[in-house]
Amino acid sequence: MDSSQSKLKRRQETVIYFRRYWTLYLLLLAPMVYLVVFKYIPIAYVQIAFKKYSIVNSIWEQPWAANHGMEYFIKAFANRDFLFALRNTITLNLLDLLVGFPAPIILAIVLNELRFKKLKSLTQTIAYMPHFLSWIIIAGLALQVFAPSSGLLNVLFAKAGLPTIPFLNEPGHWIATYVSLGVWQSIGWNTIIFLAAITAINPELYEAAAMDGAGRMKRIWHVTLPGIRSTIIVMLIIRLGYILGSEFDRPYALGNALVNNVSSVIATFVYNYGIRGLQFSLTTAVGLFQSVVGVIFLLAADRLAKKYGERGII
Amino acid sequence: MVTSKKTKAGDLVVVLICLIVIILCLAPVLHIAARSLSSTDALIKNQVTLWPVGFNLEAYKFVLEDGKFTRALWWTGLLTLIGTSLSLIMTAMCAYPLTYDKLKGRKFFNVAIVFTMFFNAGTIPTYLLLKQIDFLNKPVVLIVPYCLSVFNMILLRSFMSELPASMRESAEIDGAGPIRILWSIYLPLSMPSIATIALFYAVGRWNGFSDALMFMNVREFYPIQLLLYNLITAISNIDVVAAEGAAPGLTESLKAAAIMFATVPILVVYPWLQRYFIAGATLGAVKE
Repeated sequence: MDSSQSKLKRRQETVIYFRRYWTLYLLLLAPMVYLVVFKYIPIAYVQIAFKKYSIVNSIWEQPWAANHGMEYFIKAFANRDFLFALRNTITLNLLDLLVGFPAPIILAIVLNELRFKKLKSLTQTIAYMPHFLSWIIIAGLALQVFAPSSGLLNVLFAKAGLPTIPFLNEPGHWIATYVSLGVWQSIGWNTIIFLAAITAINPELYEAAAMDGAGRMKRIWHVTLPGIRSTIIVMLIIRLGYILGSEFDRPYALGNALVNNVSSVIATFVYNYGIRGLQFSLTTAVGLFQSVVGVIFLLAADRLAKKYGERGII
Repeated sequence: MVTSKKTKAGDLVVVLICLIVIILCLAPVLHIAARSLSSTDALIKNQVTLWPVGFNLEAYKFVLEDGKFTRALWWTGLLTLIGTSLSLIMTAMCAYPLTYDKLKGRKFFNVAIVFTMFFNAGTIPTYLLLKQIDFLNKPVVLIVPYCLSVFNMILLRSFMSELPASMRESAEIDGAGPIRILWSIYLPLSMPSIATIALFYAVGRWNGFSDALMFMNVREFYPIQLLLYNLITAISNIDVVAAEGAAPGLTESLKAAAIMFATVPILVVYPWLQRYFIAGATLGAVKE
């Protein structure tokens, strides 16, 4: 008696709930359909990594690939271009991390030391600008500045009697240019988060440090840096989690035939072999490898963050 | 307090670093602007640095008279307008219901949405899907497939979640339904956040390149970045590879003018939204 009454009551409550809130589900309908079609259905297509792809059959009807379906993974790791792309992805990301990660922290500290508020906000506004430019535009700028004969820098070098530098057409120099342009593009934008962290530091700590006679460097070392330590750790771990991720526009737009060996990354490999070369099974296998390793790295990074007592990212 | 000499020297260093950053950020853009306004002769002789030499507007006139380029500019502007509007509608439709604590199935929706952020099927499965549903080489392929960014949705959702719940409750007591509350309370109050994500979506669409490169083969529907890439690489690859000084001056100033056309709209817009997007950027570490 009691239980059936409470059941009835609960059912009534559910009816009232849906009568009042059904429109919320109506709102969610379009975004959910979008996600299912464009994010979840492609996951079903991933099976062609294990199958012999042909345009004739539907993806469900295609024969399994050789070697228990692992054929294309084996082929990928026997492919010289893929191994180059894998190596370059990791190398370029590590260099980005090494140079591009500390740069905005240093700039944020410098901006925080600046007494003139107007110069500070002017610097910030201008430094955010490159973040909004596409890599195509940046590549266009780079070609005009770094070109071997007519580029601005080499023209100036030549006028000063210095030797010209092959910024974009020699592998070693290309990597340096690639990494520098990355810093140029992201340094301003990435200061935002560190500046926000610095703002949250208790000003009394600075006053106390000044009372103790601490100079500028000592204040930075003993107050500012410890104050943004946890932000630094979280951002570093996120970056580590994306170490196998690869941008497409940046290496594609900056690369050229002379530096292919160092500029091709997984994303450009997939484009060249897949969309242009029509090797769909091979490139899907490569994409799956990248996604799975990426997720593992992210989960590991999240674990690591939590181990250091930070809030984690997932 | 007496400022010591050491402090003053430190201040000087700090100011110098800021000035260097400003110069490094602006110099490439100024150089391109100068090239676009310089005479063919000055460009061939490599006389242009940060100021136009032999000032003229030939390159701009040429670009504007070139039907392909102006067409691509209008087309990309239209894409940006339609794409941003659609994205904002989708983002709001997704974010708002998830701010209801009592929404049944909220956890399920959140997990299903965030999952797509961490795992994606890859380029080729997406390409094959677009082929299957006949989106390839149709204008719609530049609008729909990337119309909802989960990151932007989370930005808006966290902004909306911080609006006081009491407002919603009193509106509910007055008999307003969820959509009415969204329209007349949540959307107007979320304008700072909506401005931020509108900027992110618009810049993303204006700068969009790889989706057009991979999914769009029809020249009339090339967005500006793809056209620009073809223009830049057509001659410069030769320049990079071999031909010393062979590039004729007008094509050089043309390239510069084309880059300016693609850059200026962004330079005009972003400073005005600065105080909004800073909030967006600090939500770097996304947490469910």
